[in-house]
Amino acid sequence: MDIALKVWRQKNSQTPGKMVDYKLSDISPDMSFLEMFDVLNEDLSHKGEEPVAFDHDCREGICGSCSMYINGRPHGPQTGTTTCQLHMRSFNDGDTIVVEPWRARAFPVLKDLIVDRDAFDRIVQAGGYVSVNTGSAPDANEILIPREVADEAMDAAQCIGCGACVAACKNASAMLFVAAKVSHLAVLPQGQAEHQLRAERMVAQMDAEGFGACSFTGACSVECPKSISLDHIARLNREYLGAKLASNNA
Amino acid sequence: MSWVTTTLSSTLGRKVVMSLTGLFLCSFLIVHLVGNLQLFKGDEGRAFNEYSYFMTHNPIIKTISYLLYSSIIVHALMALVLTRHNQASRPVKYAYAKPEANSPWTSRNMGILGTIILVFIIIHMRTFWYTMHFGPVVLNGETITAGSIPQVTYDGEPIKDLYAVTVFAFSYLWYVALYVVSMIALSFHLVHGFQSGFQTLGLRHKKYSPLIEFLGTYGFGIVIPALFAAMPVYIYLKAHHILF
Repeated sequence: MDIALKVWRQKNSQTPGKMVDYKLSDISPDMSFLEMFDVLNEDLSHKGEEPVAFDHDCREGICGSCSMYINGRPHGPQTGTTTCQLHMRSFNDGDTIVVEPWRARAFPVLKDLIVDRDAFDRIVQAGGYVSVNTGSAPDANEILIPREVADEAMDAAQCIGCGACVAACKNASAMLFVAAKVSHLAVLPQGQAEHQLRAERMVAQMDAEGFGACSFTGACSVECPKSISLDHIARLNREYLGAKLASNNA
Repeated sequence: MSWVTTTLSSTLGRKVVMSLTGLFLCSFLIVHLVGNLQLFKGDEGRAFNEYSYFMTHNPIIKTISYLLYSSIIVHALMALVLTRHNQASRPVKYAYAKPEANSPWTSRNMGILGTIILVFIIIHMRTFWYTMHFGPVVLNGETITAGSIPQVTYDGEPIKDLYAVTVFAFSYLWYVALYVVSMIALSFHLVHGFQSGFQTLGLRHKKYSPLIEFLGTYGFGIVIPALFAAMPVYIYLKAHHILF
C-alpha cells in the first residue's frame, strides 16, 4: 500500500507546531497503525531526521497509552478499537491519513503526538479509590454481589483512561471518563461508603483541570475503545446531585 | 462558598440549571399550544380572545409568567456561560475533524438553534405581548390602530381583540415564513434538548428512557412545532382566501 501522511509535528509545549507531509510505500495491510508509524520513524532515522514521538505501550488494546486522532476521529475509523489495534487494511491504497494529537486545554501537547494526560491521574487521585486497609485477601463470597451488578461495574471498570472521550467531545469534556471511574465503584458495596465524597471531589477536580461540560452528544461513547455507555454519565449526574443535596460535606 | 454556590458554579450544576429551565419551558409549550389551538375554531376568534383574556387576568398565570420570562433569560445566559467555557476547553482546534461520524448534528448545534429561537421569541413578543400590553399595532411601518388595539364586545363585555392582531400579523407572507423557519429550529432544538434534560438530571433507565426518547423525538420534536407552525400558515391561507 502507498500511504500519504499528514502528521502534527511539535518540538515541545512551548513551540508552535505544524502539519508535515510524509509518503510511505510498500506498507502491508496487515500492519497495525503503530507499526506503520514504526516504519515511518525508521525511515526518518535513516535520513537523520527526528522520529515522530507518539505514546504506546502494550500494543494489545488494554493499556490506554496510544492516543492518535486519525482522519478526524480518536483511534481512527473503527469503533471499539484503540490505535494499536487498528490495522492498515482499514485504509485504501493511496489514502491520505491526517494524524493529530488529542486537543484539549487539560491535555497540553508535550511533543508531536504525545499529550500530557496527568489531569486524568489527578482526577482519580481526588477520589477514584476505596480507602481501606487492604490486609490479607478477603474470603471469596464474603460480600455477595449479584452477577448483573458485577457486570455493570465491570462495564465501567473497562475504562483504560486513554482520553478518546475528551478528544471526541466537541466541548473536550471528561464526563465519560469521570463517570466510568465514579460508576464502577458506586454500584459495588465496597465503593458505597465513600460514594458521595467521591463524586463531589472527582467532579471538582474535573472542573479544576479545565475540561468542558457535557452536552450529551454521545460522541464519547461512540469513540470509546471500550464502548462505555452513556448510562454511566447519568449515574454520575445522579451521584453528584444526590451528594450535593444530601451529603454532610461542605 | 456555600454548597449552593459551589454546586451552581460546577459544570454539572450549570447543566442542571439548563435542564430545569429547559424542561420548564417545554411544559410551557404544551400550555401555550393548547391555548392557541383556539385559533383553529371557526368562531371569528371569540374562543381565542376569551382565552387570552383569562391568561392575562388570572393571578396564578401572571405569577407563572414571571417564572417563564426568567427561565428564558437564565437558560440563554447559562448557555452563553457554558459555551464560552466549552470553547475555552479546546483552545487549539483540530485541523481535520469528522464529528458527523459520532454524533447527531442537532446535539452539536444547540447554541445556534437556541439563538434562532431567542431571536424568534423577541420578535414574537414584540408583535403580540408588547402590542397587547402597550398599544398600537405597527407592522411593516404601517399603523393599523392608533393608541390602542381594537376591542371586541362579547355579551356586553368589551375585551381586547387579539385575534384581529394575530390575523393582521399573519397576513404577511414573510412573517409567516419567519415563524415556520423558527419552528423548524425549535424542532431540532427539542429533539436533542428534551431527552438531554433528563440525562442531566440523571433520569435514565431502560424502563422509561424509551418513552422519554419517543416523547422528545415525536412529541416535542415533531407534533408540537408542527402544530405551532400550522397556525400562521392556516391564518395566512384563510386571510387570503386560499383553501379555507
